[in-house]
Amino acid sequence: MTSALSKVYFFLIGLFMALPMIVVAGVSVNAKQTLAFPPKGFSPSWYGEIFLNPEWRNALLASLTLAILSAALAVAIALPLAWFLWRRIAPWANIFQLLGVAPFTLPPVITALGLLTFWATTGFYGQPWTAVVSHAIFFVTLPLVTLSLGFTAIDRSLVEAAATMGADDKTIFRTVVLPLILPYIVSGYAFAFVLSLNEYIVAYMTVGFIMETLPIKIFNALRYGYTPTMASVTILFVATAAVIFSLVARFGDLPKLLGAMSSDDT
Amino acid sequence: MRRETPQRLADYGPLFFPAMMLVVFFVVPFATMIAVSFFQRQQGGFYVPAFELSNYQRFISLFFANVLGFSLMLAIAVAICCVVLAIPFTYLLTRMARKVQIIWLVALLSVLSLSEVIIGFAWSTLFSRTAGITNLLVMAGLMSEAKALLPSFGAVLTGMVYQAFPYTVLVLYPALVRLDPTLTEAARTLGASPIKAFFTVVVPALRNTITATLIMVFIFALGSYLLPQLLGRPQHWTLSVLITDQAIYQSNMPFAAAMAVFLVLVTLGLVALTVMAGRKGEAA
Repeated sequence: MTSALSKVYFFLIGLFMALPMIVVAGVSVNAKQTLAFPPKGFSPSWYGEIFLNPEWRNALLASLTLAILSAALAVAIALPLAWFLWRRIAPWANIFQLLGVAPFTLPPVITALGLLTFWATTGFYGQPWTAVVSHAIFFVTLPLVTLSLGFTAIDRSLVEAAATMGADDKTIFRTVVLPLILPYIVSGYAFAFVLSLNEYIVAYMTVGFIMETLPIKIFNALRYGYTPTMASVTILFVATAAVIFSLVARFGDLPKLLGAMSSDDT
Repeated sequence: MRRETPQRLADYGPLFFPAMMLVVFFVVPFATMIAVSFFQRQQGGFYVPAFELSNYQRFISLFFANVLGFSLMLAIAVAICCVVLAIPFTYLLTRMARKVQIIWLVALLSVLSLSEVIIGFAWSTLFSRTAGITNLLVMAGLMSEAKALLPSFGAVLTGMVYQAFPYTVLVLYPALVRLDPTLTEAARTLGASPIKAFFTVVVPALRNTITATLIMVFIFALGSYLLPQLLGRPQHWTLSVLITDQAIYQSNMPFAAAMAVFLVLVTLGLVALTVMAGRKGEAA
């Protein structure tokens, strides 16, 4: 009886998670510009609208650029830090680990407001690159966590062997550590990329008045005029996230990345 | 290579860039925000350096006490709902085949990464009169006519539980996946039903994990700034909404900063309190 009960439970949770997306998917194929569900008529034109309507296309490009650059910067900050903490014994340096985890742990509005006051005080408020730096700091936690996990998985004797054979730190990093840590770099980048794509408040507080990212555009559309394009963008985002996380799962060990032991020892 | 203490200055090299970025773009902004919370507001949205406590004095009002009380109550309600729903779910999930686990984890991560804007939009559609769930009930003959289910407290709570549920599962996952399966096997061998074994063995073994998860989900829910706005009435606005509102629409940065500092203190205070209570409970 318990297996039947657990199946029902999983079905209900799955329904709860999927229901909003089912309705939004239905709304996104309305023939006319209404948010009706069940949809009246069928038209995939709202998906074309994302790429054809210049406003939505610009928002999409802004979001993509922001996510690509800020995730790269986040990894660039996290990688040397995680490497140093693994390589050296320097207890005081753990403070930087804490600083890297803090922005994501605190309520986001706090990080957003801190950055807003900072950019306003230094006079850079509204420059597009401030959004890249802000997102990189906000999401540095994700690559930092995956990379710290990745480094603990590296067998130190491999590195030791390379050192005995006369390789210096740089050579060891390039030829031994980097290939082993690469999957974790990719997944850290993927997490930061997807979350940056979806982030609203930090982007809004730093560059919201100058440019529109997709979440900002959706929010403005919520206030000033509904259109089914909002629904098609939503579906596009869910699909993008699902594809990226599936790829991470395909090429890496997702359960292990999320804290389970590796598949070999279970 | 063994871990070594840094010998030369050059050994600190890798630390330079990350440390600089985190200090300049996180520590300094945080300090700026604290400083601004004491500044004086000027007409037109600007502020001048000063040392004023008036931004903090504004907290001492019935309105503010209500907002704070509601924010805390809402975050606690969300945390409890999520943990109660997620513990059996995560427990069963960790007992499944790895392939099935991966599918669920990908789905949960996809929902977790969704913007609050998107979650708010999706639920406001689902609860609306024209495109909502009530239309399905009408079609099934369970209701006579479609109606809007928002704005309401129930809508806010549902949206926030939806947002926080995947997070809760992912926080619980590592602890549950490492839980020794022989514990429940022993209970089963001794004749306990699976449900009894779950409540008498699994739940007590996870007491500390559950407390930690409650705190983490509570903080996560405190940060929700759009859902109360999109799904609720003004009396359902939380501290996060008020901070955004003051900073963006009222252009009162000093007051917004003071509220943000206050929110950090409340968050940290509650965490410290819970951790202390947990320690005492363990010692007893």
